[in-house]
Amino acid sequence: MEKTKELQKVEEQFKTFQILDEKGKVVNKDAVPDLSDEQLKEMMTRMVYTRIWDQRAISLNRQGRLGFYAPVAGQEASMIGSQYALDKKDWILPGYRDVPQIYYHGLPLHQAFLWSRGHFKGGQVPEGVRIMLPQIIIGAQITQTAGVAMGLKKDGEEQIAITYTGDGGASQGDFYEGMNFAGAYNLPAVFVVQNNRFAISVPVEEQSAAKTIAQKAVAAGIHGQQVDGMDILAVYAATKEARDRGLEGNGPTLLELLTYRYGPHTMAGDDPTRYRTSEEDEEWEKKDPLVRFRKFLENKKLWSEEEEEKIVEQAKEDIKAAIKEADGAGKQKVTDLIDITYSDVKPANLEEQRKEYEKKESK
Amino acid sequence: MAQMTMIQAITDAMRNELSNDEKVLVYGEDVGKNGGVFRATDGLQKEFGEERVFDTPLAESGIGGLAHGLSLTGYRSVMELQFFGFVFEAFDSVAGQMARLNYRSGGVYNAPVTIRSPFGGGVKTPEMHADSLEGLMAQTPGLKVVIPSNPYDAKGLLISAIRDNDPVVFLEHMKLYRSFREEVPEEEYTVPLGKADIKREGSDISLIAYGAMVQSSLKAAEALEKDGISAEVIDLRTVSPLDIDTIIESVEKTNRAVVIQEAQKQAGVAATIVAEINDRAILKLEAPVGRVTAPDTVFPFAAAEDVWLPNEKDIAAKAKEIIEF
Repeated sequence: MEKTKELQKVEEQFKTFQILDEKGKVVNKDAVPDLSDEQLKEMMTRMVYTRIWDQRAISLNRQGRLGFYAPVAGQEASMIGSQYALDKKDWILPGYRDVPQIYYHGLPLHQAFLWSRGHFKGGQVPEGVRIMLPQIIIGAQITQTAGVAMGLKKDGEEQIAITYTGDGGASQGDFYEGMNFAGAYNLPAVFVVQNNRFAISVPVEEQSAAKTIAQKAVAAGIHGQQVDGMDILAVYAATKEARDRGLEGNGPTLLELLTYRYGPHTMAGDDPTRYRTSEEDEEWEKKDPLVRFRKFLENKKLWSEEEEEKIVEQAKEDIKAAIKEADGAGKQKVTDLIDITYSDVKPANLEEQRKEYEKKESK
Repeated sequence: MAQMTMIQAITDAMRNELSNDEKVLVYGEDVGKNGGVFRATDGLQKEFGEERVFDTPLAESGIGGLAHGLSLTGYRSVMELQFFGFVFEAFDSVAGQMARLNYRSGGVYNAPVTIRSPFGGGVKTPEMHADSLEGLMAQTPGLKVVIPSNPYDAKGLLISAIRDNDPVVFLEHMKLYRSFREEVPEEEYTVPLGKADIKREGSDISLIAYGAMVQSSLKAAEALEKDGISAEVIDLRTVSPLDIDTIIESVEKTNRAVVIQEAQKQAGVAATIVAEINDRAILKLEAPVGRVTAPDTVFPFAAAEDVWLPNEKDIAAKAKEIIEF
């Protein structure tokens, strides 16, 4: 496809925003966010914790003790950095992989595990925790985000709604509809695309003729930015700026975070060797978000091996305890399912069917 | 009491709930300034302001998503799908998302959304405007589906739908919008969801219908009366959940029934009712339960719709066939 100069000019505007290079060196001094040493360490702690959680989750899944799981390793900077820029009262509408963000927003770990298992208690979000459950239908959360942001704006709350999808999600009609609604109503919303290069197996180059996903913001008349999604400082800074923009009444933002998932799409039989090369895997592992940020912190004398070892141990203990708690949630019953199908009065057909299942389940 | 058409009664219900609850919002394509393509929201934006009654961009899935998100922040939406044939664009947002919100969150979140939409044949619309798609909705757990047949019920049912804490698909038959007026109280009242209404008592056969087919069934009942047949006419008013008790009580009295729907025959509301009658009252039946429906095609081009649509003659003929069985 030969693109006109005008089109090329539009596409070239979307340059990758980076603060830390692969060696953990600051390459964009002016953009370094104002974070205390404690905050920097907390971000690293969360990335380490999430990496261990991911390893444990994969292993639990293989033992048949977890259920549905979409691996996150490689995407920690994108997930942790963007969530870290939020206020506790902002809303998160995640995709199915975005469990770490809702955990750090307040969903207890054992509930995340119950959600994986398809147990209804996993979805019972504690009061005051402003999250939607991870979305399975790609892109459905994006139109919903416009609705949440509209509600927040109507209530005069100084809060935003943020949503996550992947590069495949940017092909959905709902992706454009959600951004377009948010733009038309000037809503405080942030749309995050974690571009991990593959929608299961289809590479981003085959998803769209667009050079970047960030440029899709132009069509909706909103701000768009492409960010190095392996650089937690850049992700944090870009999300914070997008959040501020929304709160100042300057509209929603689309953030494209360039990242990579090291593992399979989900644990349900995906084999990445069918569509990715080991060279590509290795190239991305060199950009690893933990390695890079660890170097940055070590140079500032903020990080040590012993400290990291403690976090690893803590994560393992927490996960063990959370699995135990999840195991104690009781068996999911069909009668429970019947009880939560409607919030109001149960229709007569379900009342009748409930009695049948009470009998079946008491056997 | 005022004389109102069904569309006036619908506007009145929305006005009532906009006054009653500040969390109620009314929106959709052309709903604001224009007052809706059928004027269902006429004057509401002027009365309640652009924050409460507003236009949306032209995207049905986006409208559904907006309603879902507004539910999470405590708002009660009355969203309009301009014609129900457009629901295919919004299907995931309705059936895949808001209908499952209560389930998905283990009862923590709910979607108090009323999806208002015109549908129904006999008014010579273009394609994808008139189809009776209530069967698709009635098969979706988590949804309720309401179809009024007259102005009085329309107001009371719509108020109930808006106050309901689960998503309610509220289908308005276009032919009924302005076809007749009746007395509708100006003050508020509700008609409960899930309760059928016996429009005419009879002893020989039960005619079970909803929407525009209620009027056709009443006309058929008049014709049957001239032939000495006493027909009972049941208006379901809500097709999900169904008021099975009222249906069974009537059939146990008349021992014969015909179920009438404007929708296609296969796998629809009428099929469910026949199955329920067979399950619960088969030994009371003197004849098989009859069905009057449209054929299993899409709603046709306008030129063929008069033949395609079931009418009072079809209903009377089927009733006689069942009586004479």
